[in-house]
Amino acid sequence: MSTSAAKPRVATVSLAGCFGCHMSVLDIDERIFDLVDIIDFDRSPIVDFKDFTGRCAVGLVEGGCGNEENVEVLRSFRRNCDILISLGDCATMGGIPALRNLVPTEECLREAYLDGPSVHNPSGRLPNDIELPLLLDKVRPAHEVVRMDYFLPGCPPSADTIWAALTALLTDKPVQLPYELIKYD
Amino acid sequence: MSETFTFTIDGVEVEGEPGQTILEAAQAAGIYIPRLCHKDGLEPWGGCRVCTVTVNGRSASACTQPAAAGITVENETDELVDMRRGIIEMLFVEGNHFCMFCEKSGNCELQALAYRLGIAAPRYEYLWPTRDVDASHPDVLLDRNRCILCARCVRTSRDLDGKQVFGFVGRGPGKKIAVNASARLSETGLDVTDEAVDACPVGAILRKREGYRIPVGLRRYDGTPIGSDIEKGASS
Amino acid sequence: MSGNIAQTAEQVCGAFGDDPARLMDIIRGVQQRLGHVPDAAIDAVARRVGRARVDVESVVSFYAFFSKEPKGRIVIRLCDDVIDRMFGYDAVRAAFEEELGITLGETTPDGRFTLERTACIGMCDQAPAAMINDTIVTWLSTDKARRIVSELREHMTPERLVKRVGGGNNGHPLIRAMVHNSIRRPGPLIFSEINRGEAIRKALSMSPAEVIRAIKTARLRGRGGAGFPTGLKWEFTRSASGDRKFVMCNADEGEPGTFKDRVLLTERADRVFAGMTIAGYAVGACEGVMYLRGEYAYLLRYLEDVLEKRRADGLLGRGVMGRDGFDFDIRIQLGAGAYVCGEETALLSSCEGMRGDPKNRPPFPAQKGYLGCPTVVNNVETLCCVTKILEVGPATFNMYGTSRSAGTKLLSISGDCDSPGVYEIPLGTPLGEVLEMCGGTRAKAVQVGGPSGRLVGRDGFDRLICFDDLATGGALIVFGPDRDILEIVSRYMAFFVDESCGYCTPCRVGNVLIKRGVDAIIAGRAEPRDLEQLEDLCRTVKSTSRCGLGQSSPNPLVTALESFRPEIEARLRADPNGYRRSFDLSRAVRPTEQLVGRKSVHT
Repeated sequence: MSTSAAKPRVATVSLAGCFGCHMSVLDIDERIFDLVDIIDFDRSPIVDFKDFTGRCAVGLVEGGCGNEENVEVLRSFRRNCDILISLGDCATMGGIPALRNLVPTEECLREAYLDGPSVHNPSGRLPNDIELPLLLDKVRPAHEVVRMDYFLPGCPPSADTIWAALTALLTDKPVQLPYELIKYD
Repeated sequence: MSETFTFTIDGVEVEGEPGQTILEAAQAAGIYIPRLCHKDGLEPWGGCRVCTVTVNGRSASACTQPAAAGITVENETDELVDMRRGIIEMLFVEGNHFCMFCEKSGNCELQALAYRLGIAAPRYEYLWPTRDVDASHPDVLLDRNRCILCARCVRTSRDLDGKQVFGFVGRGPGKKIAVNASARLSETGLDVTDEAVDACPVGAILRKREGYRIPVGLRRYDGTPIGSDIEKGASS
Repeated sequence: MSGNIAQTAEQVCGAFGDDPARLMDIIRGVQQRLGHVPDAAIDAVARRVGRARVDVESVVSFYAFFSKEPKGRIVIRLCDDVIDRMFGYDAVRAAFEEELGITLGETTPDGRFTLERTACIGMCDQAPAAMINDTIVTWLSTDKARRIVSELREHMTPERLVKRVGGGNNGHPLIRAMVHNSIRRPGPLIFSEINRGEAIRKALSMSPAEVIRAIKTARLRGRGGAGFPTGLKWEFTRSASGDRKFVMCNADEGEPGTFKDRVLLTERADRVFAGMTIAGYAVGACEGVMYLRGEYAYLLRYLEDVLEKRRADGLLGRGVMGRDGFDFDIRIQLGAGAYVCGEETALLSSCEGMRGDPKNRPPFPAQKGYLGCPTVVNNVETLCCVTKILEVGPATFNMYGTSRSAGTKLLSISGDCDSPGVYEIPLGTPLGEVLEMCGGTRAKAVQVGGPSGRLVGRDGFDRLICFDDLATGGALIVFGPDRDILEIVSRYMAFFVDESCGYCTPCRVGNVLIKRGVDAIIAGRAEPRDLEQLEDLCRTVKSTSRCGLGQSSPNPLVTALESFRPEIEARLRADPNGYRRSFDLSRAVRPTEQLVGRKSVHT
């Protein structure tokens, strides 16, 4: 293992989400100093690591899976993390991106690339670029794609919720959220 | 006053009166049995099955089962609580429930029950049905995505408002709430002051232009679990 | 146009006295005249019978055989039961589709034909079968399907498809069906010859209480499957307060694989009606209703005629057999394609002109049934037994069967056996012996009691068919060694999904989820923990559903696991990486691949 093996490593990612849950992570404010005392961030936009540097104890997953890349990234989180946490409503139920589940995929793509009022696309074709991951037929919550270990609902989950769950996990205590901390909005 | 009798709920002796259901007797005794389709003042419906208890070992819905002398009722066993979670989760995956922007969030009974039962995410796959929204009425919105088919609006309109604005069409998974018109809610006699408008436990029937009026933190179930009022009644 | 529609609808209402309780008949009448039940007709009917429009629409939308949308003049409903699938449904369907130029669920552009599927129509002994309007066609093959279409194109008269009629009363001028009775083993009681009038005469020589005692002494238990003591049921109804009481005959046999009531109604209708009359005498009812499943509409004219003859002979009507003060008559209520109506309280709802939703119990029908009056609901076969008990006395009835399961039982046997058909056997006969009778000893499993009953593997072939062991309404579906058990389970779950009334959550949603779970196992996309969760779900659906449908709908899977767990578990696989096997990436990206024109690099 790496030199900082003493400290558990935590990875985070935002898939089909809005980064709001990551903002909420930052909302733990000065407690982040306490956090970095006991953990190292690994792959995460917080430290701008683009890939895993070693095995992680905990992975925080914001967002569900809306395209093939989300699936690949989530699967790599599953392979590289001991414990995976669904962070926020998009990860636990699909969230706002899943609104498109009520519309056929073709209609979504046409609206985005062909028919939308602000679209200028003289080619009249849907883009076919390897840089654009293919959409899934439906946005799926994380646990429908890989096994998830814990769920923190909320849009976003409050900083207190995240703090309570993380500290419990990192100190080997059961993750039990009081009534006030389970919220779906 | 008719003769009362006693029976037990989770080992606690409770008094019942002839004509009372188990749910009513429990409630009078300050014991909350979770429920969704039941609403005080309406005829029991027995549809959501959230209030399932065992009576002398056999399953029954507490909202329809008469209380009777000497029966043994189980309410809060691990097994029953988990089945209730399962039923609530079924309702979540059956419809399209987006709590994060729903005007009813914080005051929604489905959500509140999920909170009370500690549901963080449903165990079942989401079904993402195609359902429609009827915004034709000037003052009331009908969003079928959120409907849990509890029939509270149906019964309230029929029995309390003396109208029959709502009903059901279809069967099985295709069952849906319908209005008493060939097409839209605006063609019915629904008035914004009808009790049926307030009967909806979820955000399927809403008054327009009233969303988000109560700030987060002050909404009905933000700090107090559903059923606490009944349980408080007991301690006072 | 809509004026004409309203006029037609009003005429039909008038014919039924504008009675909202006759809504089933009214809607059927409107549909017969107009081909469907359009909005204007719904409005007119609602006005005339004094019900809310949405209530009428609710009824139209509930039953599979009613439609708000225009249908072809001829509606071909292919029976889509497990049995039909075993014996060529797919090929027959393809032949119909090809010949008609439409796919299942569509109507030809000329408005002449609609092709649909439907749940078991009670012809499993002559599958694949179909209903063409009310005409039954059996033993379908691809050739026969093509011939049927080309003939219909010529004359548009389904009745004319019947060239050779089946045996017995199937050839009666009022039936004229190609349906075969296939009575393989007539027994001493139910299928014995009828001495018309004898049973009622004997009943009338006794007091009602004595009649009930005779039924109790015979230890008759309900033949529909639940096995409730008939005498006790009658006693409850008799002692319930109310001036008006009813006797209902449940002729809605919809359990897939069951068809014995079809044969009884064809060959022993008098015995059934006599049983209803005796029940009426015993419980103090003057009115009887037979709820006949819509699939058996082809028997309606014949049964009406039997009733007419009974009236003419004084066996029905005012002063039955000259007994002053005992008036009894029977009407037939036709269903319209809803399995759940076989549940007795749903049957009552349907008879009352409502959706076939079961009712909350208590009150039980014996206290508060049809139109709020005390009502006894008995199965067709039970009523035949009643008549026989009066004919020969309880002691003779008791000679057959076991002490707790007296008498004989009709079995409807179909599937992988040499001689499908109806068998009358003494209760207490081992399943293995029955398999020998029908030539099904190679069976891998037998579905006893239809999908709501249980799947019994070879380890259970020594079990007894009786109320204490394998209680059954009588359907026995034999599955040969090569049948895939999970495919069968999946088909049966599809049936329950289609037939759930949707009133309660666990049945409405749970069955959909169970079906998906089973399909995931079949597709090799399930993990061991998925099966655990599925079993939990089955327990929840069984113990929290509101009526017998949901309380038994998980049985196909639950009982398949009892005998075939290793075979089923062998199809599960955990994913070493913790990926959910139920998620299929290549399938999920397929629509987009097709839209943008490139393959995913990740699949």
